[in-house]
Amino acid sequence: MLNITCSTRTSSTLRSISTQTSRLIASSVIRDRQARHQQSGNVVSARFVATTPAYEGHIPLNWFENAFLAVGSAVMSLADPRRGDMIAALGETTAGPSLPRLRDQMLESAEGRKILKERPRVNSTTINMNELAEYREGTFGRAYVTWLERCGVTPDTREPVHYIDDPELAYVMQRYRECHDFYHCITNLPVSVEYELALKYFEFANLGLPMTAISAVFGPVRLTPQKRHRLISEYVPWALRCGGSAKSLITVYWEDRWGQNVEDIKKELGIVDPPEATWKRPLSEAKAAAAKRQRSAVFSTDKH
Amino acid sequence: MQSLSRSLRLSLQKLRSTAPCSRYVHTEGTASSSSSSSPNTQPRTTSFGFKTVPEDAKESLVKDVFDSVASKYDLMNDATSFGVHRLWKDAFVSSLRPGRKGPMRCIDVAGGTGDIALRILDHARETYADRETSVEVVDINGQMLKEGFRRFKKTMYHNTPQISFHEANAQDLPSSQFKDNTYDLYTIAFGIRNCTSIPAVLKEAHRVLKPGGTFACLEFSRVNNPLLSTIYDQYSFTVIPLLGTVLTGDRESYQYLVESIRKFPPQPEFANMIREAGFSTGPDVDGGAWSDMWGGIACVHKGVKV
Repeated sequence: MLNITCSTRTSSTLRSISTQTSRLIASSVIRDRQARHQQSGNVVSARFVATTPAYEGHIPLNWFENAFLAVGSAVMSLADPRRGDMIAALGETTAGPSLPRLRDQMLESAEGRKILKERPRVNSTTINMNELAEYREGTFGRAYVTWLERCGVTPDTREPVHYIDDPELAYVMQRYRECHDFYHCITNLPVSVEYELALKYFEFANLGLPMTAISAVFGPVRLTPQKRHRLISEYVPWALRCGGSAKSLITVYWEDRWGQNVEDIKKELGIVDPPEATWKRPLSEAKAAAAKRQRSAVFSTDKH
Repeated sequence: MQSLSRSLRLSLQKLRSTAPCSRYVHTEGTASSSSSSSPNTQPRTTSFGFKTVPEDAKESLVKDVFDSVASKYDLMNDATSFGVHRLWKDAFVSSLRPGRKGPMRCIDVAGGTGDIALRILDHARETYADRETSVEVVDINGQMLKEGFRRFKKTMYHNTPQISFHEANAQDLPSSQFKDNTYDLYTIAFGIRNCTSIPAVLKEAHRVLKPGGTFACLEFSRVNNPLLSTIYDQYSFTVIPLLGTVLTGDRESYQYLVESIRKFPPQPEFANMIREAGFSTGPDVDGGAWSDMWGGIACVHKGVKV
């Protein structure tokens, strides 16, 4: 690794190495403190906070940088909610002990262990919408495609994780981010702000990530009073009750359940339907679009 | 406070060239950030922050950086320097006293967003009632020029012969457009460290200046005070990339910017390069060939074409 000539095309690893080099210079004070602590604890490892990245895209932060980014991203997320990277950064910098807890929950179930072993990713390359549209009516795969159509979204690539030091916990965070749409689908909620917030309450009760709590508390500020009232009076009780009693959704291997009946899944996980929501597109239109996709899939050649 | 004194010692000792990086990179850029003489078959390389890249690549890498920072350049300048960059630029332009000896033809290179150009014109107008001094803003990056043009639209100089914008490479100013011995004042502020070859820029500056004309460069430079330097380093490598992440979503560009500051030659070396290009400078002390601001965080280098 140390003997490669730099070229711009292989820059990502080197970029992170050079970042670390600059950090070595800049963080010597912090490094000394860490080293002394590790030596006194009889830890043989020579790893310090500011060192080579643990995975691609990893940006190690010391406690000050973490705090700075947490505050900065919180302010920026409120100021400009379209900054998805800031919301992601807020989640990562405030995660703390919640991620190890989620990882342990995953380790306790066979399905969760499978997820940690195989580390599936959810994005437009791994999710084939045409294939999913072929599933029977009432299955999870079909429901997911219908939901995507109805909301007008795609399983696009979410912001990768940068600020979690442990690669396994970074994967857990990434998995949470990518499964967010599955939670939408299984609870049958659209993507407008008020339903996103309802889902955040649900996620907080179910998974316990601090960022969901922060969004839940500060998010309603951006709602109209009527929507806020509806959220607090109808959706929040449902979300907290349902999320708290349901099985931990981080342990669910969604990609293995495309063919399973949605109602069966909901019964297994302990999810009840929320109050009726208003959707952008009517169900009939979404179903028609899904059927059209199915028909075009029959004629396409790039499958199986 | 062992750790603090250790870090002070480190900053006193540390080789500003590439010693820390040499463990990680194969070919090194020299401290002067001009291309190194590498083994026979290796392409000529130069530094891009702490990385070493082929010479031809640096220009487009820098272009990418400035394309992405252009729209929020002024905001980030204010945020990262807490507005102090304005003081530096004011002091820089005041020390040049444009317009004192009559109207001047100025060229402001790497002047993208027009900070220096605007100050020159304002100074000439307010202090000397001079409305004939003109500034030609030259920048290699179109996006930055666009921002400058937009800013000048809000001033009284828009649509006057006093200001014009040109897209050109400081190392290779087209001789048809920028003739020899034309300008009274050549300024380059916070731009020269991004150029691939500093001697080439200095050579072009020498060409287009009139005999007796002034070359003035405002740039981030070496901080010699170890305490200040430690604080400055911590701030640069900790806070600035994070501010870049939060305000613009672009950490890499700001990481490059702080690294490129560290790779720039220290004051005596840069003063020497200026002399080698044919300029006459003061003695190699602070206050002579250069003038430090805020302990060397920024520095003004001046030379006169003989």
